[in-house]
Amino acid sequence: MTTAQQRRQSREIVRGPGRVPIQLKVNGVLHFLEVEPRRTLLDALRVDLHLTGTKKGCNMGECGACTVVLDGEAVYSCLILAVECEGREILTIEGLSDGAELDPIQQAFVEHDAFQCGFCTPGQVMSVRALLEHNPNPTPEQIRLAVSGNLCRCGAYPRIFEAVEAAAKACAERRPASKAGR
Amino acid sequence: MARLVKTKIEVEGGIYERLSVVEGDEPRPWPRDAALRVVGKGEPRVDGPERVSGRAVYTFDVQLPGMLYARVLRSPCPHARIKRLDTRRAAAFPGVRAVISYRNTPRISWPGGPPVFDRVLRFVGDDVAAIAADDEYIAEDALRLVDVEYEVLPFVVDAEEALRPGAPRVHPGGNLVGGKPQVYHRGDVQQGFAQADVIVEEIFRTQSQLHNCLETHGAVAAWDGNHLTVWESTQHVYGVREQLAYAFDLPLNNVRAICQYMGGGFGSKQYTGKWSIQAALLARQTGRPVHLMLNRHEENLAAGNRQPTIQHLKVGAKRDGTLTAIELTVTATIGAYGAGAFAIDGPAQIMYTCPNVRTEVRSVFTNTGPARSFRGPGYVEGAFALESLIDELAARLGIDPLEFRLKNYATKNQTNGQSYSAIHLDDCCRKGAEMIDWQTSPGVSKVEGTKRRAIGMASQTWGGGGGPPAYAWVMLNPDGTAAVIVGSQDIGTGTKTVFAQIAAEELGMPLERVTVRLGDSATGPYAPVSWGSMTVSSVGPAIRQAAADARQQLCEIAAGLLDVPADQVAIRDGSVYLRNESQPLLKVSDIIGRIDQFTVLGKGARGPNPGDVQLRTFGAQFAEVEVDTLTGDVRVLRVVTVHDIGRVMNPLGAGGQCEGAVIQGIGYALTETRVVDQTTGIVLNANLEDYLVPTALDVPAIDHAFVGPPDERANNLGAKGLGEPSLIPTAPAIANAIARAIGVRFRSLPITRDKILEAIRVTGGSQETGP
Repeated sequence: MTTAQQRRQSREIVRGPGRVPIQLKVNGVLHFLEVEPRRTLLDALRVDLHLTGTKKGCNMGECGACTVVLDGEAVYSCLILAVECEGREILTIEGLSDGAELDPIQQAFVEHDAFQCGFCTPGQVMSVRALLEHNPNPTPEQIRLAVSGNLCRCGAYPRIFEAVEAAAKACAERRPASKAGR
Repeated sequence: MARLVKTKIEVEGGIYERLSVVEGDEPRPWPRDAALRVVGKGEPRVDGPERVSGRAVYTFDVQLPGMLYARVLRSPCPHARIKRLDTRRAAAFPGVRAVISYRNTPRISWPGGPPVFDRVLRFVGDDVAAIAADDEYIAEDALRLVDVEYEVLPFVVDAEEALRPGAPRVHPGGNLVGGKPQVYHRGDVQQGFAQADVIVEEIFRTQSQLHNCLETHGAVAAWDGNHLTVWESTQHVYGVREQLAYAFDLPLNNVRAICQYMGGGFGSKQYTGKWSIQAALLARQTGRPVHLMLNRHEENLAAGNRQPTIQHLKVGAKRDGTLTAIELTVTATIGAYGAGAFAIDGPAQIMYTCPNVRTEVRSVFTNTGPARSFRGPGYVEGAFALESLIDELAARLGIDPLEFRLKNYATKNQTNGQSYSAIHLDDCCRKGAEMIDWQTSPGVSKVEGTKRRAIGMASQTWGGGGGPPAYAWVMLNPDGTAAVIVGSQDIGTGTKTVFAQIAAEELGMPLERVTVRLGDSATGPYAPVSWGSMTVSSVGPAIRQAAADARQQLCEIAAGLLDVPADQVAIRDGSVYLRNESQPLLKVSDIIGRIDQFTVLGKGARGPNPGDVQLRTFGAQFAEVEVDTLTGDVRVLRVVTVHDIGRVMNPLGAGGQCEGAVIQGIGYALTETRVVDQTTGIVLNANLEDYLVPTALDVPAIDHAFVGPPDERANNLGAKGLGEPSLIPTAPAIANAIARAIGVRFRSLPITRDKILEAIRVTGGSQETGP
């Protein structure tokens, strides 16, 4: 358990009803906002912080379009309350690319045409991001499993699998280079 | 110079004659072996970076200053009359800015369509009231404060029951749409059956498939005086503009419809919905922009579904496999509203050579959500019955099902006697058979423990030739870049990328110098709805003509600068050449830089279709399945799909269309079905947990190929469409494979585990029967 989680649990304060002040660290930036305790992380990101890259597909934890990376794990942001996320590291699709420069996973998705309408894509990419963080060399089965909670109604799955394999390779090539640079 | 032409166009199974305005001279079709630089190459999406980085703004993502969020109160009853509606408590709730219902809005509807609000509610999910509030959570809370008393009316959710005398009426005019079936016939089917040596006759049932686009239906509306701007998740921005102008009695100039990124439509977003009107009504009442997107539950009640069908099909043949008669009687459920069923009878009428054919389609109103087009509408449903029964017939005659089809394919349209501009269906079959190794394993079951494997196949035809009206502009900038400007939209199929390829090819420019501006009725010229696999074949030729026009103008300007005749000037790779010389004289970007500011604007219009032939696409698909007779589990192991679509504009995107359609077809064949409770009319699985769309774990190996040369008679690109064809044969190919694997024929979709286990229990898995 992380220190942040321990701290949060030890507080045991009752919050709300009505809006309460919270701090969210999103893509390395600390934001101060006031939300109702019932507000999901998804709505806090999309509506309060205007980070609309994270999509709302079902709001019931069924489609995965809202996937973000929370303390290194891929989670459905529609199933987590914003107030639960204080003190935690939230990474969204907007945190991957550096200006116009795409992250290797995003680049691989483009090159392999791993999407059609693109609505599920940010969620797919975030699931892959969490996968590759834990497992830099995933097997085809592990790749399928990692994105099995992200529905793609256009059926771009075969290309998503290809893109993830390519992204894993690209990340592996990048890693020693960045070490050497340090 | 604009001129009027009469042309035929086929859309989703129907052929329409239209008067269209065309302009100028179209470029001649690229020769089939033309050495093209950009077209035909597998280019990644030109808007890929926007889509993968979260920067693409979908309708759902539009946020405007002061914007309110709206929610809709929906009927809990399948059929009811609102006795009392009191919105005072909801309106008084803090944060609520407006509540609308039939009581305080004009009765807005369009011909044949439902009113936006009505006192009579005709399905569970029909619109009762809409609320706009500062926040979505507040709007949701306020829905519970609307006091409604419903007078519950008798209802009917089953099409066969709806046709019985005395059945509850969904509309005053009765449940049979138009009061009579749609009948088609040629020859004499009775005589045809009398001539037959073998007759097969079965009843097939197909379910309601739910589109479940990942981006739900909805709109954002904003007024500026009497100008209305609507962002809608739509397959037709021009249609939204027209329908909203009609609904609010506004000049077309006062309505702007925008959809630059769209999260999936699959046919369900062809027409504007009540949501757009409701958002606009709420926005007008509050003076603030309003965001109204359906939630997943509503999406599965009120935003469309594939029409369920019951198909009684009878086919007769001679011993040698010659078809003598086809008779099809269909009952199709279109739900509470709609104009009628979609082309279910198409495959039976045209797929196979047969002199005696009769089809009869009854479109039936029921108290269920309205059906809408769903990728390959009608043909997907019709092909399941026809392609299944053709396999049964071939088995009865002892003929290989592939051979049977090769013998019987029609090479012209028997409903009007017209030839096809091109048909390479035989090549599709042979190529597919080779790819899946049909020769050495002709569908015979392989046994391994409780698992049995087999291969099945099915074939298809579809339109996709497109036609006018569609227009395009190509604008050249002084720095040698170009913008394609169209009123079309990219619904996720990659048309934007194909449009850029066409312009880059014709302009002799690198692809990255071309930008495409689409999805905005205020900036681009008219383009048709993205349906019927016809966006590339309708809009693409207009873009090529516009680019050719722009290039011609540029040549004339360059010729003036260089003081040579214009016909001596050519443009390649962004540079100007004298014809037949290899050294460039100057760069395109230098031309406009050397003269005063000037905008080169090329114009293009989609020309008429050839009058003497019909444009169609064809394909064959093969599926290998493994059935576990112990658990009833079906795994699709491999699918091969081969298509004849003329020139393939972008093989990378085209492959994606094939794979995606096959995957939707697997869902249709095996898992997807809307479940409506017969006693309450409630949809029991209106979510993505209980309604099973294919996941990453359900995807087989999918291989595709294209056969046939570019179709030079189709249009100046030689290209036809591909969005829908690959979905049409998937369910019957899988059903045929299952029948071969376990000896049980399933005639009702989806083929679920319980059906398989029940059939094995009843038959022992040895006979050609099944539920």
